[in-house]
Amino acid sequence: MPPRPRRPRPLSVVGTSPPRLEGAAKVAGTARYVDDLEFPGLLLGRTIRSTVPRGELLGWSMGRRPRGLHVVSAADIPGRNAIALLEPDQPCLVRREIRHAAEPVLLLAHEDRDALASVAVELRERPRKAQLDVRASRSFCKEILIEKGNLSRGFARADRIVEGEYTTGHQEQLYVETQGVIAVPEKDGVTIYGSLQCPYYVQKALVELLSLPPERVRIIQVETGGGFGGKEEYPSMIAGHAALLALKSGRPVKLVYDRSEDMLATTKRHPSIVRHKTGVRRDGSLTAMQIDVLLDAGAYVTLSPVVLSRGVLHAAGPYRCEDVQILGRAAMTNTPPNGAFRGFGAPQTQFAVEVHMERIAEALGIDPLELRRRNALRPGDTTATGQRLGADCSALPCLESAVRRSRFVARRRAIEKHNAKARVSGGPLRGIGLALFFHGSGFTGAGEVKLASRAALELTPTGARILVASTEIGQGTRTILSQIVAEELGWPLSRIEVADPDTREVPDSGPTVASRTCMIVGEILRRCAQSLKRALGRMTPRQYLAKNGPLVVTEQYDRPKSMHWDDVHYRGDAYGAYGYGCDVIELEIDPVTAEVRPAEVTAVQDIGRAIHPVLAAGQIEGGTAQGIAFALAEEVVMRDGRMANAQLTNYAVPTPLDTPPMQVEILEFPYGHGPFGAKGVGEMPIDGPSPAVVNALRHAGLDIRDIPAVPERIAGLVDSMRGAAT
Amino acid sequence: MKLRINGTTFRVEAHPLERLLDVLRIQCKLTGTKEGCGEGECGACTVLLDGEPVNACLVPVAHAEGRSITTIEGLGGTEGSHPLQRSFVEQGAAQCGFCTPGMLISASVIPAGARREEIRCALAGNLCRCTGYSAVYRAVELARAKRARRRAR
Ligand code: FES
Ligand code: FES
Repeated sequence: MPPRPRRPRPLSVVGTSPPRLEGAAKVAGTARYVDDLEFPGLLLGRTIRSTVPRGELLGWSMGRRPRGLHVVSAADIPGRNAIALLEPDQPCLVRREIRHAAEPVLLLAHEDRDALASVAVELRERPRKAQLDVRASRSFCKEILIEKGNLSRGFARADRIVEGEYTTGHQEQLYVETQGVIAVPEKDGVTIYGSLQCPYYVQKALVELLSLPPERVRIIQVETGGGFGGKEEYPSMIAGHAALLALKSGRPVKLVYDRSEDMLATTKRHPSIVRHKTGVRRDGSLTAMQIDVLLDAGAYVTLSPVVLSRGVLHAAGPYRCEDVQILGRAAMTNTPPNGAFRGFGAPQTQFAVEVHMERIAEALGIDPLELRRRNALRPGDTTATGQRLGADCSALPCLESAVRRSRFVARRRAIEKHNAKARVSGGPLRGIGLALFFHGSGFTGAGEVKLASRAALELTPTGARILVASTEIGQGTRTILSQIVAEELGWPLSRIEVADPDTREVPDSGPTVASRTCMIVGEILRRCAQSLKRALGRMTPRQYLAKNGPLVVTEQYDRPKSMHWDDVHYRGDAYGAYGYGCDVIELEIDPVTAEVRPAEVTAVQDIGRAIHPVLAAGQIEGGTAQGIAFALAEEVVMRDGRMANAQLTNYAVPTPLDTPPMQVEILEFPYGHGPFGAKGVGEMPIDGPSPAVVNALRHAGLDIRDIPAVPERIAGLVDSMRGAAT
Repeated sequence: MKLRINGTTFRVEAHPLERLLDVLRIQCKLTGTKEGCGEGECGACTVLLDGEPVNACLVPVAHAEGRSITTIEGLGGTEGSHPLQRSFVEQGAAQCGFCTPGMLISASVIPAGARREEIRCALAGNLCRCTGYSAVYRAVELARAKRARRRAR
């Protein structure tokens, strides 16, 4: 669909980078996060968890109980013992069946931290045989098939067939602020203050759990120290726990996890196994793509069906091919449930396709850059679901710009010369790799229609107040939404306020996920601003209020007329818009320690329109760092269904020393239905780095198909390469 | 026990082995200092002890007695008026802001004129999951450059 032509008008607020609205509080240390809040009579909570990955809970016993200890078990749940999300399969507290280690069983609360810690609880568990191998699991919570054209016709037209299997591991979100909430009992319900992304998800879960009407379950998001998807669904669990304790004790209860509990118990990125079988012609054009995606869902459904959906919708990468079949399955295992993490399935599948593209080039003996040029999606092409792309399809411009900026061709030649010498001298090897990728913004076509998000603007004497449930978790929600509204109204930014996300005050604008806040909620707000402007006419806000009284305008998501999506057959316009990106990464491999050091990173990304260029670049830089670490460092070691390295001491998130300088370039191919042309930006940056890193390792001579490629793995390959060279 | 924090004396009652972090946050109500791991890995709890950055989660409170403690609240007041604080906002070096107090405290002792590599080393103990550090380096360099320019005048 071609972007709707807009009257080009100079923008005065959008496209500038004012200080983020809560920035001063954050740097002064006065921003209040959940653990900073105080309530009279506050109790502290603690969670007792299963120790076996599968079995039955036969009972429990408790040593000496300090006075004033409150205990909650499954029997205390007034409503349904389930965390309402997609499926009601996950209990809030184990009743009898245990499906994974670290599953919550009992809750304790006490006002004294030491007394609480001293309570000894013994669970009587009867272990049963656990399914820990995703390949062996026959229990699928979701299967999706995408078919385009005719696969056998495509293979028949091929000169070569290239096959490969690629795997990725768990990844921990590792927001620096751990999960935490405070539940305050009210006369007729409960209020939750929490570090969370989606207030209305928490409300929906607590309504069912506590059997209360929604208006008596009030959810307030407080300043949140990072989320990256990790605070999408899990806060419903921890808020449920705190609420049960608060209702039983009649006092406010704070539950804040320590780092180790957070890593053991909360969701992670789904491990994946992706197999490709591709037909190619001698000139490099793709004739057939057969892709099989398997995700490890863990023990409960949580969001896995939707993660799988985004995974398969990105599995073919930003490439044109007429005959495609993609089969996706999410399998259940007895490991803690996996869930949302920035990218949401797309980083896994695009890792596979981009490494596979490199191997195809190798098999054909052609330049991987040329292979991508030949096959990259162009305006007018169709995706695997048959979505026809508009003029904002920018895969090629992203590729060309990244190649130019990084001086890819010249650097590649120089590195090859360098490596020829290094192989003899035993010095450090270098490699350069690139990855081309895309990312759909917002929920899928049907998803946004179902959500029917709403946003509102309230007239104030001096300007307007934004009412949305979209949360600020570091990405800049407050600031960019204010910019959009200010721009549309033609007012300075200082006249716009933002209400706290509080379910009593703000309408349900859907979850803060899926790179949808700017593009979807931002556009609804822009329309609110339009209506507000119309209502005001020539009056100032003060005049209007004096004459007519209060004014709140509310708008709802409006599906672009040309957009059609068939959720049953997975055909049509999967997403309103796609962003595109190309990363080039150059790295050095220490031949002794097998340490891989990223040296240069170039990230070029088309996000439609940068509402706030500094914040947008921040999303790209931060996401890129996470993506590099996903490929090289962040290894979740699972032993008997339990994370064995649930500590920051041995789970390696990138430090300043591991993070190279980055060159970021933002391209703007506007999307007609996004505010001022904006598409999403939050997730896409994490799609590209892992294949770019692995392709750079391949360029250095290391054949990697499984990540994380931690030094132990690299060491083996370096040794065998040296063996071959001598 | 008496603690000298940001130039003010606080009288606290604490077991000598209690973590300085808890005493600061709970008794002194200085909640700007954050806890990200409790094991000395993330640096969110960084404060200055006699001008040296330390992890307040690893320091027993008795160890801080009689020494000068600086927390984020003492860096540029409630306005956040220290040049580093301003440039952190300007450059987008504070996203979620949770690592920010510790990051700023570590950055505050980086000498003017420090090169990129030195800045990276000085901040090596401070994890930030949001920014990928690029904006942090820019902010530190900018604040340092501004200070140097002011001095030169
Ligand atoms: S909380 Fe002290 S280093 Fe992490
Ligand atoms: S700004 Fe979020 S961890 Fe640094």
